Amino acid sequence: MGWRLRKLPAGLLVLALSGSVWAELGGGLNSVQADQAQLQAKRQVLQAEGYSVHEMQAPSGTVVREYASPAGTVFGVTWNGPFIPDLRQLLGAQHFAEFQQAQQSRRPGRHPIDIEQPGLVVQMSGRPRSFHGRAYVPGLIPQGVEAAAIR
Amino acid sequence: MIVSKSLLLGLVGVLTLAVACGGGSGSSSAAGSSSASASGQCAGTTQASQANNVTAIVVDGGPLGNYSDAAFADVTLCVPGTSNCQTIGHVLVDTGSEGLRILSSAADIAGSPLSLSLTQELVNGSPVVECAQFLSFVTWGPVVMTDVKIAGETASDVPIQLVGLSGFPDVPLACTNAGTPAETVGGDNGLGSNGILGIGPFPNDCGAGCTEPGAANPGLYYTCATNPCQVLTLSGQSQEVQNPVSSFPKDNNGTIVELPALPAAGAASVSGALVFGIGTQSNNGLNGATILTLDKETLDFTTSFKGVSYSGSFIDSGSNGLFFLTTAITGIPECKDENDFYCPASTEALTATNLGVNGDSKATSFSVANFDNLNGNFNAFNDMAGPNAGSGGTGPSFDWGLPFFFGCNVFTGIETTTAAPYFAY
Repeated sequence: MGWRLRKLPAGLLVLALSGSVWAELGGGLNSVQADQAQLQAKRQVLQAEGYSVHEMQAPSGTVVREYASPAGTVFGVTWNGPFIPDLRQLLGAQHFAEFQQAQQSRRPGRHPIDIEQPGLVVQMSGRPRSFHGRAYVPGLIPQGVEAAAIR
Repeated sequence: MIVSKSLLLGLVGVLTLAVACGGGSGSSSAAGSSSASASGQCAGTTQASQANNVTAIVVDGGPLGNYSDAAFADVTLCVPGTSNCQTIGHVLVDTGSEGLRILSSAADIAGSPLSLSLTQELVNGSPVVECAQFLSFVTWGPVVMTDVKIAGETASDVPIQLVGLSGFPDVPLACTNAGTPAETVGGDNGLGSNGILGIGPFPNDCGAGCTEPGAANPGLYYTCATNPCQVLTLSGQSQEVQNPVSSFPKDNNGTIVELPALPAAGAASVSGALVFGIGTQSNNGLNGATILTLDKETLDFTTSFKGVSYSGSFIDSGSNGLFFLTTAITGIPECKDENDFYCPASTEALTATNLGVNGDSKATSFSVANFDNLNGNFNAFNDMAGPNAGSGGTGPSFDWGLPFFFGCNVFTGIETTTAAPYFAY
């Protein structure tokens, strides 16, 4: 285990800390499939009508699912477990920044997160040690697939 | 014939009495209002009077007067074993988290800055800093050792978190990648309170995970003796930020939050009680409350609503509303300019049933008001509600926030090696 620099086909450099790398929302699955060997993370792939679900469990317990189109583009991600995953990695830098921005002007109060923008939906529920969340890009959902399938 | 009629009348009388028990006590019950209580049939509705194991709580808008449906208590911190103490007011009473966290920028009840010299916890000689995760923010700051005194109870020399960046400005990327650090009372990402009194169903804030080496460690605890800060593997769970109640020498197996019922329109300020211990003294017995045990990993239970079961439900005094399901499921529209809350055309009266892992269940009546029409001068509402799309494995569910507590005494049972965590009401 440890830090490992990995060069991707597209020339992107990814820092791979074992057990904590997933494809980013809007990105391609290729990078994750290539990293799976080093991750020591259990991974399952489920095929559904018009999309596939790639499920991984981080060693600290949280289960992450990536919903990919037939072309391998990740259109939705969900997470479920005791600790929040690396959201910058999961959402990608751009969507993560959008997510942080959307939270800025809130009144004091703890309540579920419900960000619904044309280019990004992020919904989170739960409490410390029991987090449930999902994020998706509405425009990337394949034809014939419901947003409700992302769960 | 006459005998049958009077039997029937007697039954009706008994039913009416049972419903009225949920109506709360004292002056806050509104005559003739069916929405006077968020929970229709609770076992207990009265507030305990002053005692060693009872502290006052208040729902009053918080230190800035802008925080609706949040209950606050005073907490006294002391340099361990001394009478060098400060009392912090308006600390959020939170059955949805574990651990005491105080903003380092908070003032005490006399208005003086927090000035106690509390030593940082050491793990294998390394001073500890924590990044604790909440739903929409993280708290970053040192873990310090202190006596925690509330009412007549004392947790001696226990780890709490002081929250704020000034002493530890280099927040690890792994921390901010989980959420934005809350560091002040007000402003952007402000907590709205002086701190969080986490008295949920776990005894500490990380469980076994933070004692695991390597990748299995979720990385909540750090030492910043080096730059960047390094994740720490704790030697034992006692080194984690503790649920203060678990650390009391007595009355330490749970709590009761006792808030009176509200008038339908709400109230500007409401007083109640936080009682320590369940079944340990004459003022904290279950008295017929139904125990709903929780999943030991997720602390979730199931809620049945209009014939459909939803897993992933929980009871959380730190949530400032009843957050449940979605518009698609309930037919209740979100508010146009605030999609965190519901805005039905008129207040809706609904019922749901909560089911514990132990198989026991309890019905709950609740109301959903139009959030935009709530009285802007009030701070306590039993019908402030919004959606909870949930998902990530559980889908939409019920987050029974503070409105659930008005007119309903709610017990939180802390998990032990032999006892499952539970809520009861």
